[in-house]
Amino acid sequence: MTTATPAASELTPEQRTTYQAPQGQAARDRREARRRRIPLLPALVFTIAATQLPFLATIVISFMDYRALRPDQRGFTGFDNYVQVFTNPAIRGAVVTTILLTATVVIVSLVLGTAIALLLDRRFIGRGAVRTMMIAPFLVVPVAAALLWKHGILNSGYGLLNGVLTWIWGIFGSDSPPQPAWLTDYPLLSIELSLIWQWTPFMMLILLAGLQSKPGDVVEAARMDGAGSWQIFRYITFPHLRRYLELGGLLGSIYIVQAFDSVFIITAGALGTANLPYTIYATFFQQQNYGLASAQGVVVVIGTIIIATFALRTVSSLFDEETGR
Amino acid sequence: MSTHTNPAVAATSFKGSGARKKRRTPEDGGHPAWGIAAWAVGLLFAAPVLFMVLTSFHSETDAATNPPSVLAPLTLDGYRSFFAGQPWPPLINSLTASVVSTLLVLVLAVPAAYALSIKPVQKWTDVLFFFLSTKFLPIVAGLLPLYLFANSIGVLDNITFLVLLYTSMNLPIAVWMMRSFLAEVPVEMMEAAQLDGAGLITMLRSVVAPVALPGIAATSLICFIFSWNELLLARTLTSTVASTSPVFLTSFATSQGLFLAQVCAAAVVISLPVLAAGFAAQDKLVQGLSLGAVK
Repeated sequence: MTTATPAASELTPEQRTTYQAPQGQAARDRREARRRRIPLLPALVFTIAATQLPFLATIVISFMDYRALRPDQRGFTGFDNYVQVFTNPAIRGAVVTTILLTATVVIVSLVLGTAIALLLDRRFIGRGAVRTMMIAPFLVVPVAAALLWKHGILNSGYGLLNGVLTWIWGIFGSDSPPQPAWLTDYPLLSIELSLIWQWTPFMMLILLAGLQSKPGDVVEAARMDGAGSWQIFRYITFPHLRRYLELGGLLGSIYIVQAFDSVFIITAGALGTANLPYTIYATFFQQQNYGLASAQGVVVVIGTIIIATFALRTVSSLFDEETGR
Repeated sequence: MSTHTNPAVAATSFKGSGARKKRRTPEDGGHPAWGIAAWAVGLLFAAPVLFMVLTSFHSETDAATNPPSVLAPLTLDGYRSFFAGQPWPPLINSLTASVVSTLLVLVLAVPAAYALSIKPVQKWTDVLFFFLSTKFLPIVAGLLPLYLFANSIGVLDNITFLVLLYTSMNLPIAVWMMRSFLAEVPVEMMEAAQLDGAGLITMLRSVVAPVALPGIAATSLICFIFSWNELLLARTLTSTVASTSPVFLTSFATSQGLFLAQVCAAAVVISLPVLAAGFAAQDKLVQGLSLGAVK
């Protein structure tokens, strides 16, 4: 704004619309470009400061021996923390747990979400009510949902799940129903169940949006030509849904890799359920080993970048079609 | 914005106006069994929520039976013991953090979205994808520097610091959502208004506002939900003064004898704002969660 050349700013509107000297035009373009950037800058500067700077600091700390309890030993140690990340069996276990947890939850939620979206895409009485009921799990605060599953549903003594087993066995006249101790015998499954319950509605919503954007005339034409339901699904619906499946899978992966609340509440990382976010939290808070926690954080970020690259590509291909470029 | 004129392209486009006009009517009902199956699945997924609400109105002894006593008499004891546990400071903190951060997000995101849609800057798609990429950075990776920074300048356990972090957490989502709304503002109409000598205020009110206001409402609800739900940052950076509702809920993580009704009451009260906001913004929910990629 302030460096605009006098030549450009002194022009009257009439002159501007008529002939412009090449140099004046360039200066005007630059000025216009700068003017357009102004509304963007506050958000951009704030985002860079709040998201990029802490991460840069994490990278620096990851090369340091930095423990809150031993301030005298502070100093740079090269790759020591990274060596520890890759050799410590507990941390390797956390990597495996993270992959297992994320893959299970994402795949099961996607399959269930697709099936339910196909059901809800049909016309039936009370469709809106069923849709609302389906969304409800996603709208329970995650910590509350984890507490509900831990104490209300999976508790071996009075939980809903074992209660329903007692009911069903009671109907058949048995008074010795199976009463598994879900939380201690199947700790990872317990976390997975609560996450699948919360994330299936998310997948269902994305896929339902996909189904409803499917051009109807193609399906009608195929039906006219004598295509069966399975053929329509296999050759028309599924290819159309593929990108929505990718989008759901990638966004789900990014959110669930970061899952902290449910692990923290349901098992507190015990019995082999500590995933990377929980492990980093524990290294940072309980061991107060800041250098090691930062190295773990950097490793998580590298893993996320690998998923995110694919995610960005998918979003970007959807986006290109939308803007018609 | 939209440059595609070919109707075939428009019909297959992801959320182009063409696709929406051609939106197919739902598949015909077919066999009533499908409707029954859909109801069964819906009830199965809603069952834990219904169980939570029902149990919150039971006495502690009725809540801890196997099988569950569905028909037990209703009581407010669970809510009474929850409210006896001093939940108001965290509830007010959560409300402050969510509302103030949402307002800040809007103040920053609306002009930014304007500069990415109506009067786009050069390379606006690159900027847009930069915002999206920050959302992929796990919060846990930046947690330690944030803690050390807060500790060194004395803003640990400070709600203002949490507000700023929630603002940065939600800003990319808001920019994406607002951009996709503002992209639908009829630019030709704006130019025509400009030629007719309409001032900026008049133009904003008559052309931009009708499209932008529903977008602002949807974006606010999504940002509110995310801030209200957040645990990791709040748990790390607050302790007694500024702790939020999710942090308060973590005190129920370990069993304390017969307390299921109280846990359910707590979960209901703290989830209520999100359930209300989510049902209100049902149609926009998927758009916010997919960072604006699906409408």
